[in-house]
Amino acid sequence: MQEIYLDNAATTRVLPEIAQAMAKAMTENYGNPSSIYEIGQNAHDILDTSRQQVADLINAEPEEITFTGGGSEGDTMLLRGVARKYKNKGNHIITSAIEHHAILHTCQALEKEGFKITYLPVDKYGKVNPADVEKAITPQTILVSVMFANNEIGTIEPIREIGAIAHKHGVLMHTDAVQATGHVPIDVKADNIDMLTMTAHKFHGPKGTGAVYIRKGVKMEPLVYGGPQEHKMRAGTENTAGILGLGLAAVHAKKYMAEHSKQQIKLRDKLIKGILEKIPYTRLNGHPTDRLPNNVNVSIQYIEGEGMLLHLDMEGIAASSGSACTSGTLDPSHVLLAIGLPHEIAHGSLRLTLSEFTTEKEIDYVLEKLPGIVENLRKMSPLYQERKAV
Amino acid sequence: MRYSKKVMDHFSHPRNVGEIEDASGVGEVGNPVCGDIMKIYIKVKDNVITDIKFNTFGCGAAIATSSMVTEMAKGKTIEEALKLTNAAVAEALDGLPPIKMHCSNLAADGLKAAIIDYKKKSGLPCDNLKVEHSCCGGCGAAK
Repeated sequence: MQEIYLDNAATTRVLPEIAQAMAKAMTENYGNPSSIYEIGQNAHDILDTSRQQVADLINAEPEEITFTGGGSEGDTMLLRGVARKYKNKGNHIITSAIEHHAILHTCQALEKEGFKITYLPVDKYGKVNPADVEKAITPQTILVSVMFANNEIGTIEPIREIGAIAHKHGVLMHTDAVQATGHVPIDVKADNIDMLTMTAHKFHGPKGTGAVYIRKGVKMEPLVYGGPQEHKMRAGTENTAGILGLGLAAVHAKKYMAEHSKQQIKLRDKLIKGILEKIPYTRLNGHPTDRLPNNVNVSIQYIEGEGMLLHLDMEGIAASSGSACTSGTLDPSHVLLAIGLPHEIAHGSLRLTLSEFTTEKEIDYVLEKLPGIVENLRKMSPLYQERKAV
Repeated sequence: MRYSKKVMDHFSHPRNVGEIEDASGVGEVGNPVCGDIMKIYIKVKDNVITDIKFNTFGCGAAIATSSMVTEMAKGKTIEEALKLTNAAVAEALDGLPPIKMHCSNLAADGLKAAIIDYKKKSGLPCDNLKVEHSCCGGCGAAK
């Protein structure tokens, strides 16, 4: 059966040339970057090169890049590290209701340490209003953390404006850019960002390797204690193969960003238009234009998401949903509830996320299969029967 | 979390989908907030369930358990049908993933609700019959 992978917001396929280069690094360039002899220093060269490549992707300086084990680690490190370091200056942090759990659960943990967190609401498209950020700032505020783009509904946040407001009040600005990095242009200087989180596997690099950007002068407590690796912020022998893969993925993303995003926006909009036209009682979630080039998120009323995913899987299509069944909890996605969807509509959401490998033929195939799947599930849905009875 | 072959069979080819217009009893459990609603229709003749149909809004497990309970109940007497439990339905499907055991395993309760409805409509005593789980119990609606 054909495999149509439309869950690239969950993770992406590693580029074959990156996987090969990583294998070579593990078997041939296996030294410890901290060792003084040749093979150690050769391994250290990987770190230097990758640090420059990652910095170039977001217009940072290489010494402002710290390698991590991925997105959740980066978010935890930055939020907790900054909060604990600046706690004598203030105990208030501002974030949004639609952040990834890596942010939200870190915030909840910080609340137990005595920090006060403001969770800003979003509008119906999932956007944070910069004016709300300004209103929430108090003399106790030390940090604002708002994601660059949302992982579920793809909405791109007004980070430059929010960062400007934070800076006007002398507050640090962090952005979780895990979904955005490598997909849309990011310029940490122009965008008023002091700290940023990214992870390689969302843009065709390996899992388990990420990076954080920490602007020069921003202080924080280390995540891992030990040796002097990674500016003493994250001790431990570096994952050189993963870091090599991250650097190569950054180069690839930067080089092809304009081309790939143009191609994906075309396919994305075709898929959105097709679903909304072919299937009644559907709506687009997230902003129609200020959204990631690869993100489609729709609510399909009167059915539940998991059933759709199972049927799509039988047709060879891999997708995702914000239903309770797929969230691993009893509640549907907090993002869909935050944009104002009632529970029963949030349960019927479908996320399809594209990549540079997605073809028009695949989009056409989804548009051919999905209406029948929805029709079958609706036929047995009491909610659909009741709607018809009205 | 992987479903058994039997669950996938009942999910992709559900048995007895639909409504019974002149049903002897109709039972509904769950609610849209928790993401599962099961509606079971029964036709009873001489104390035997001669026909049974269902409509379900819910995940794979919700649809498969609904389908399975209709298969298990058909042809049974009311007393036999009342002995069916959610656990027995899950077992007949070769088990459900642990997270689904509570939230989407309500089909036997749906059947019970239909039987109670039938008894009330027919003026039969309901004794101490009650639906144990009318909802997942963890959603906002239950609180």
